[in-house]
Amino acid sequence: MKAIIIDDESLARGIVREYLQQYPDIDIVQECADGFEGVKAIQQHQPDLVFLDIQMPKITGFEMLELIEQPPAVIFTTAFEEYAIRAFESHAVDYLLKPFSKERFDKAIQKWRQQNPQEQREHTRQLINAPGLTPHHPGRIVLKDNGKIKIIPAAGIHYLEAADDYVKIVTAEGYFLKNKTMAYFEQALDPQNFVRIHRSYLINIQLISRIEPYEKDSYLAVLSVGMKLPVSKSGYVRLKQVLGI
Amino acid sequence: MMHSITKGNRFRLAFAGWWIVWIIVHAWVVHSYGAGLLQGFTEAILCNILLAAGCLLVANNMKYYLPQRERYWYILIMGLVLSALWLFITKTMLKLLFGADELYLALLNNSSTIRFVIGFLMLGAMAVMSILWYTLQEQQEANKRKEEAEKMTKDAELFKLRQQLQPHFLFNSLNSISALAGSQPEKARHMIHQLSDFLRGTLKRDEQQAMTLKEELRHLALYLDIEKVRFGHRLQTDIRVSAQTESLHIPALLLQPVVENAIKFGLYDTTGDVMITIHAEQREGQLQISISNPFDEETAVSTQGTGFGLASIQRRLFLLFARHDLLHTGRQQGIFTTTLVIPQYQYEGNHH
Repeated sequence: MKAIIIDDESLARGIVREYLQQYPDIDIVQECADGFEGVKAIQQHQPDLVFLDIQMPKITGFEMLELIEQPPAVIFTTAFEEYAIRAFESHAVDYLLKPFSKERFDKAIQKWRQQNPQEQREHTRQLINAPGLTPHHPGRIVLKDNGKIKIIPAAGIHYLEAADDYVKIVTAEGYFLKNKTMAYFEQALDPQNFVRIHRSYLINIQLISRIEPYEKDSYLAVLSVGMKLPVSKSGYVRLKQVLGI
Repeated sequence: MMHSITKGNRFRLAFAGWWIVWIIVHAWVVHSYGAGLLQGFTEAILCNILLAAGCLLVANNMKYYLPQRERYWYILIMGLVLSALWLFITKTMLKLLFGADELYLALLNNSSTIRFVIGFLMLGAMAVMSILWYTLQEQQEANKRKEEAEKMTKDAELFKLRQQLQPHFLFNSLNSISALAGSQPEKARHMIHQLSDFLRGTLKRDEQQAMTLKEELRHLALYLDIEKVRFGHRLQTDIRVSAQTESLHIPALLLQPVVENAIKFGLYDTTGDVMITIHAEQREGQLQISISNPFDEETAVSTQGTGFGLASIQRRLFLLFARHDLLHTGRQQGIFTTTLVIPQYQYEGNHH
C-alpha cells in the first residue's frame, strides 16, 4: 500500500510518519510541503492513501484535490475545526483534528481498510463536488491549464458558461475549462458578485454596463468588456435582487 | 426619525371629529344667547377652523423645537400670545360680517373673556399633548440607541477574545509538541514552557494599557520562537531596535497582530525560506516601527481585497489616537511592509 503525506510543517508530517511505523504494509512513498508538490506526487505514484493538511501555501488541500482526475482516499489532518466537520462525517475517509492521538489515528486507518477502493473514490469525488461544505477562497478558482496549475482571481472572471460536462471560465486572458457544474460555481463564488442570469450563464455583475430588453420576458446583459449575454425571466429577478433595483 | 404627532389616520380622525363636535356645541351656545342660527354656525365654523389651525401650528412647532427647560413658561406664553391673536382676528372678521346687527355686536363684545379662555385651554391642551408625545418618542429613540451601543460593545469584546485566542496557532503548536514528545522529549518540554509563557503574557495584557517597546518585543520573541520550532530553518527574523527606542511606549498587543499578519502571508502562504524583519526607531519624538515580510505574488492576488487583514489595527489606532494616518503599507518586489507610527505625548510624564 502506498501513502503520501502532504503538510507544510515537517513536525506535523513527522507525527504521521511515526504513527505509521506500526503498519509495515503501508509504505510512505513521498512527503510534500505544499499542494503543487502534492499534485505531482499523486499523479506520479497513484497512492492508495493520502494524509492531507488543508491550510497550506499556494493552494489549499481542497483546491489541490480538485486538480486530480482520480483522487485517492484521503484522511485530512488539520487544526481547522470549522472547515469541514459535516463534510467528513459523510464523505471523506476520516478527519483528524490536530493534535490527534495514536488511538484516533488507528481508528482512521481501520476505517480506511474497511472501505473498498471503489467506495473511497466515490466518497472523495462527492466530497470535492459538494460546494458550501468545502473551505475555499470565494475569491479565486484553481484549475489546470495545459498541465500547469493556474490561480484565477474572481475579480478577473468575466463570466462562466455551461459547456456539456465542463464549465467555461471566461477571463481577459481567454477561457479555461473546469470539470464542475454551474451549481457548484454558483455556490462557490461570492453571490454578491456572481449572478446566474441564465441556465447557461453566471456573470460577474461588476462588469455589467447595461441591461437591454430583448424579446418578451427576456433581456440582454451588456458587459463593459463588450459581450452581450441572454438573461432569462428568473435570471432577471435574481439580478434585480442583487443589484437592488 | 421621529414620527410626527399629526401623521397617522387615528389622529386625523379624532382631530376632525373633535372640531366638528365643538363647532356644533359652539353654534348652539351662541344661538342660545340670542344670535341667529346662520350667525351661530358661521361664527362657530370660522372660529374653530382658525383655532384648529393654531393647534396644528403648536403641534408642528413642538416637532422641531421641544423645550427642555422652562417648558411650562413656554407653553403659557405661547398659549397666551396665540389665543390673543386668534381672538383679535376672529373678532375683526365677525365685526366685518355681522357689524350691522347691534344685538350680535353686544354679544360679541361681552363674550371676549370666555372666548379667550377657551382658546387658551385648547391651545394649551394641544401643546401638553405634543410635548408628551415627542418626549416619549425621544425616550424610545434613546433606548434604541443605547441598546445598539451595548450590542456593539459586546461584539467588539467578542472580537477581541477571538483575536487573542488564535486557536489555530494554539492547536498547531500543540501538534508540534505532540510530534516532538516522541522523538525529542527535551525539546517538547521546552516548547511547552515557551507556549505557556506566551499564553500567560497574552491573557495578562490589557489592551487599554501601554507597554514599553522592550516588554512587547520580549512577548513577540516568545511567539516567533514557537513559530521557529514549527517551521524550523524556514523562518528567520531580524529585529533591530536601538537602546533608547526600547523605553518608548506602545499600546499593548498592537504589534502582535501585525506580526501575526506578516507570519500568515510571509510564512504560511509561501514555500522556501522567509525573513521577517522588525525595525524600530525614534522619529520626531514618535515611535516608528516597520514590519516586513515576503509574500507570494502569484497567490496573494486574490487576497488583495481583504487588505492583508490590517483594518482592525487601523481602527484601533484611530480609537486610541483619533488619527487615520498612523498605519502605512507598501509592497515592493515581493516584500510587504507595514509601518506603524505611535505618538508618545500620551505617555509623557508617565515614566516609572
